[in-house]
Amino acid sequence: MSLPAAYFTKAFKLLRGEVFVLPSRTAVLLIGILLLIFPAFSQEPFILRVLILAAIFAIFAASWDLLSGFTGQINFGHALFFGVAAYTAALLNLNLGLAPWATIPIGAIAAVLAGLVVGIPCLRLRGTYLAFATLAFPLILLGVVYAIPSVSGGELGLQSIDPLSKSRVISYYIIIPSMIVLGFIMWKISDSKIGLLFHAIREDEVTARASGINTTRYKLLAFCLSGLFAGIAGGLYAHFLTQAGPSTLQLLLSFQVIIWAVFGGIATIYGPIAGVLILYPLTEYVLIRYLSVLSQAKMLIFAFIVLLVLLFMPQGLTTWLRDKTEKICPRCKLQNVAWRRKCRVCTAELD
Amino acid sequence: MAENIIVYGLVSSGVYALLAVGFSLIFGVARIVNLAHTAFYMLAAYLIYSLASAAGLNLYLSIIISIIIVTIAGTLSYKFLIARVRQHEATTLIVTIAIAVIIQEALLKGFGGQPRGIPKLISGSMEIFGVTVLNQQLLTFGVVVFLLLATWFFLMKTKSGVAIRAIAQDREVANLMGINVPRMEMLTMAISVGLAAIAGALVAPLLLVTPGMWTHPLVMILAVVVLGGLGSLQGSLIGAIILGFAENMVVFLAPSGSFLKTSVALTIMLIVILIKPEGLFGIVFEEERG
Repeated sequence: MSLPAAYFTKAFKLLRGEVFVLPSRTAVLLIGILLLIFPAFSQEPFILRVLILAAIFAIFAASWDLLSGFTGQINFGHALFFGVAAYTAALLNLNLGLAPWATIPIGAIAAVLAGLVVGIPCLRLRGTYLAFATLAFPLILLGVVYAIPSVSGGELGLQSIDPLSKSRVISYYIIIPSMIVLGFIMWKISDSKIGLLFHAIREDEVTARASGINTTRYKLLAFCLSGLFAGIAGGLYAHFLTQAGPSTLQLLLSFQVIIWAVFGGIATIYGPIAGVLILYPLTEYVLIRYLSVLSQAKMLIFAFIVLLVLLFMPQGLTTWLRDKTEKICPRCKLQNVAWRRKCRVCTAELD
Repeated sequence: MAENIIVYGLVSSGVYALLAVGFSLIFGVARIVNLAHTAFYMLAAYLIYSLASAAGLNLYLSIIISIIIVTIAGTLSYKFLIARVRQHEATTLIVTIAIAVIIQEALLKGFGGQPRGIPKLISGSMEIFGVTVLNQQLLTFGVVVFLLLATWFFLMKTKSGVAIRAIAQDREVANLMGINVPRMEMLTMAISVGLAAIAGALVAPLLLVTPGMWTHPLVMILAVVVLGGLGSLQGSLIGAIILGFAENMVVFLAPSGSFLKTSVALTIMLIVILIKPEGLFGIVFEEERG
């Protein structure tokens, strides 16, 4: 058998063994493919713009989940990472003329440093204290941004930085695959040993430490990883909109990311992504275009939808769906479809 | 300069203290972080505006009606929305944010974004030690002191107050001692929202009323309760005084101070809790039983 054919068979086996066995994974695959081929159906700039922004915020919400959902270090100031990266990318682009492929990674590194700046002092804090302390960081920076308008552009922000690409379709094909790849990386991290340790820290930090886990190191790692992904999102946002303004640091953005993530279901990675991909196009496009809702009322409807969904599914949308459609094998802890009698791997009886 | 700092510092400390005590109370008793707390404060201000300026009711009457309506609205939202999801901590946060956003957007839709003014309850000003003080500022300060003393008296001396403190200390044992925990939590929520509504009524004539006016006090009271220590009422008071004065000192002394006032206040809060992670008067909560 030739080499490509062997790879093809292997990929097909992987798909059949790991993806098609669960309806949720099949759905993720389908949505990914749909997003990738979407411009073949419609290239309307406004729709593409909404989808691109949704993808950027999906990376951002998933990065919040990686930190707060998994390690339980509730971050109320996640906009800090987004804003730091957006402003860094914009400043580098405007002052040094660096291209987006350089400014976005540097912005992400700046966000990692911001993660350390927040993470190291906050190691001493827990629970509600930690949440309120993290809230302070982006607002402090916001005050500084307003106070030095000559550097930061003040209330207007930094305007006319280089776009990712002149064509919106190319921007789409930069950002949507980035979202899929980064989302997959985050999901892999959360599924690995590191993710398990993050879970352990959230469930019981003292026990985790007693089991020989250096919880300090892993909490800092969570802050840095989360900062990295949020920073990439921030850099993409600045270059896509060709501006970086104070709205990237505001309280509303910090709250919004928590709303998206909790709506989708925390500690899942795919939950926050689903939350953004559902809520953002819904409020920005569907309601306004098809239900002729005035754009002033979209936040009101957004809040009502979130409220109603959470009253009936307090753990979030995807967690609720997962609990309805999947069971965990009592022996090997793998996910199985709810209507199977026996585990798909170890054939243990599912109760 | 110094006299302005003292006058404005006292007024904003008083308002922050009133808001923070209410916020701290419901957190201490029910472990609910009510991010809609200052939205109720804003709602009260707008109700007074619509009753007094738009409907032409007597100012005193409209203030009393607004405080009652807001208290009822807060208690109902607790009973039907917050209490249903309270075992999920993150969901509770989002539900309270959603309530705040709904109030903000409803007000934005009803009244538009432009700032509104409310007539002062008592007009005129007074000279105290050569400093001109608006009578409304004096009234605000007097009412704040009275209400803080009244809250303290209620919590320390009355039977319901003792029950509320018992729940704050240990919910399960309080339940075993025959305290009606859900009802007491409702009462606490009513007091908490009521204090926020009164704060709104006091501040409305001094500020311009806008649909975005809830975020700044929210950030400040979060900083105040963390600085003072969560669940500690005297901590909230001291924290409010520190941050209220810090904010006004920055406004009057630093160049472009009105931009930096929040930054400085939050930096002070961060420095304090980095040195003393449980805040100035914080009680270290025992782990809740599972």
